[in-house]
Amino acid sequence: MLLAAGVEPSWYLVLASALFAIGATGLLVRRNPLVMFMCVELMLNAVTLTFVTFSRMLDDIGGQAVVVFVLVVAAAEVVVGLGIIVAIMRRRPDATADDLALLKG
Amino acid sequence: MHALLANLTAPLQAADEAFDPIATPEIEWFTIVPLLVLVGAALGLMTLTAITRRPLFGGFYPLATSVAAIGAAVCTWPIWDRIQDPERGPFTALAGAIGVDGFSVFMTVVICSSVVVAALLADGYLKREGLDGPELYVLLLLSASGGVVMAAANDLIVLFLGLEILSLAVYTLAAMHLRRVTSQEAGLKYFVLGSFASAFLLYGIALTYGATGSTNLVEILGYLTQVALFDNGLLLAGMAMLLVGLLFKVAAAPFHAWTPDVYQGAPSPVVAYMASGVKAAGFAGLIRVLYLGFQTYRVDWQPVIYAVAILTLLVGALMAVVQTDVKRMLAYSSINHAGFVLVAVQAATERGVQASMFYLASYTFLVGGSFAIITIVGRTGDDRHTLDDYRGLAKARPALALVFALLLFSQAGVPFTSGFFAKFYAIAAAVDAGSYPLAAVAMLTAVIAAFLYLRITVSMFLGDVDDADIPERRTLPVPVGAAIALVICVVVTLGVGIFPHVLTGPAGDATAVLVGF
Repeated sequence: MLLAAGVEPSWYLVLASALFAIGATGLLVRRNPLVMFMCVELMLNAVTLTFVTFSRMLDDIGGQAVVVFVLVVAAAEVVVGLGIIVAIMRRRPDATADDLALLKG
Repeated sequence: MHALLANLTAPLQAADEAFDPIATPEIEWFTIVPLLVLVGAALGLMTLTAITRRPLFGGFYPLATSVAAIGAAVCTWPIWDRIQDPERGPFTALAGAIGVDGFSVFMTVVICSSVVVAALLADGYLKREGLDGPELYVLLLLSASGGVVMAAANDLIVLFLGLEILSLAVYTLAAMHLRRVTSQEAGLKYFVLGSFASAFLLYGIALTYGATGSTNLVEILGYLTQVALFDNGLLLAGMAMLLVGLLFKVAAAPFHAWTPDVYQGAPSPVVAYMASGVKAAGFAGLIRVLYLGFQTYRVDWQPVIYAVAILTLLVGALMAVVQTDVKRMLAYSSINHAGFVLVAVQAATERGVQASMFYLASYTFLVGGSFAIITIVGRTGDDRHTLDDYRGLAKARPALALVFALLLFSQAGVPFTSGFFAKFYAIAAAVDAGSYPLAAVAMLTAVIAAFLYLRITVSMFLGDVDDADIPERRTLPVPVGAAIALVICVVVTLGVGIFPHVLTGPAGDATAVLVGF
């Protein structure tokens, strides 16, 4: 149906790579731990989109099943990541990535 | 995995005609017993603590953890026998998701031994820091189960899941020390950079899937051997991103920036595990992907590993020398060691894989013992890690200083220790494969790194020390667990150094192969 509307599957691949690049850049540029964390999630979602697109292009269900695994991993990552961020924010409420510089050599 | 899902879904598509039950793949429980032991022990330990609220007896947690890890290693025995039986040989299980070969069994045992050493160290550490509880042990076991999955992964998605199980537990372990801000900082840094690398790995898997139509290593290899890709940009990009994710985990330059910070901040027993178990699992994944899945693309990945190996060796050795914090020194030295394993991996031969297995196995005990000493000298608060804190250690605690010197010399590659043979086999594999410049660089950095180990040793034995400090250092307590761990590490280091065939034998039999199903 999408194909009929003139939208090539490869457009989705480009969109996914753009999202991935935005996520990666955001992680490197932004200093707020929460925003950096959201950027990681964006990257993971970009990968999910890639998987689904390839799954459709290859007419193979495997790629769509992978998405479920990735979602589970992303959810687990949220739990651990937020746990660590909360632990730090409790001690230093206004910490940014630049303040976390006790470890240097 | 792909075929597994095809099996699963084929009946679904035919569901209109008849309501066939979904065909589930057969699960050969026998093959995943080590995994079940690790996970079962972790869950059991957690449940038991929830019920009893306190350990059944002093030292229960480390004992239970060690027993579970040793049990998991022992459970590989019948599997090993079956693989070595020429009539049966290596096989795949769980519809091709898990590959059971000598390599995966060997790496399972290595990861289990690193858990034993870390658990023994953790006992005294947690009690000293007033943090005693089952959490660290449970996370250690769960993390090891992820490592075991990675070592046996026959499918890129299984590899990714193993990596995430391994890493998520280790992120938490790094941030384990509640009162040290540096520990939490280390946890956050490791988490952010680690999940960044995981995302790259996953994107690499997606691109590989797009290029080959499968995430199963057997099917990828089959596709790549049959089809000559005219335009293989997608595949190469996927391979590069896979490499980024895995090289990050093993702390290879230029993806090593997190290592010194995380090693310095994380609790010392956890670092012992990170440097041994996590590294071993990372290399296991790397070897499975490159050596098995992409073996037909050797021409493409070999130069990359070559360059990364040189960079890793140099960065590790040169940066280690200018540090003043012993934990950071050993962090850079572990980068240098990763470089040596890469030298062996780069050879892309059977011999190279064996050399890297030998290296990882002996390094597990070297680094475990070294961080045992660091845990002890770090004292309450885990923050006395400067070179000054080691000055005059030989006068105050001669036995500790002697053991540390032995482990450091072994890391430097002095003969009659396991470190010598580890380095020797790695370089021999590179020479065998004709990579002479790489072998030369490896030997050069071994000399540079030796200066670092000598520097610590000299400071322990010859450094001036205030006499006032001596009584304080004499009271440095050595917990039972750490003492046992040290004895194990020294025995293995010297034992393998004098009788290397104890380890070369199994490493030689442990070939990595891909078996279709």
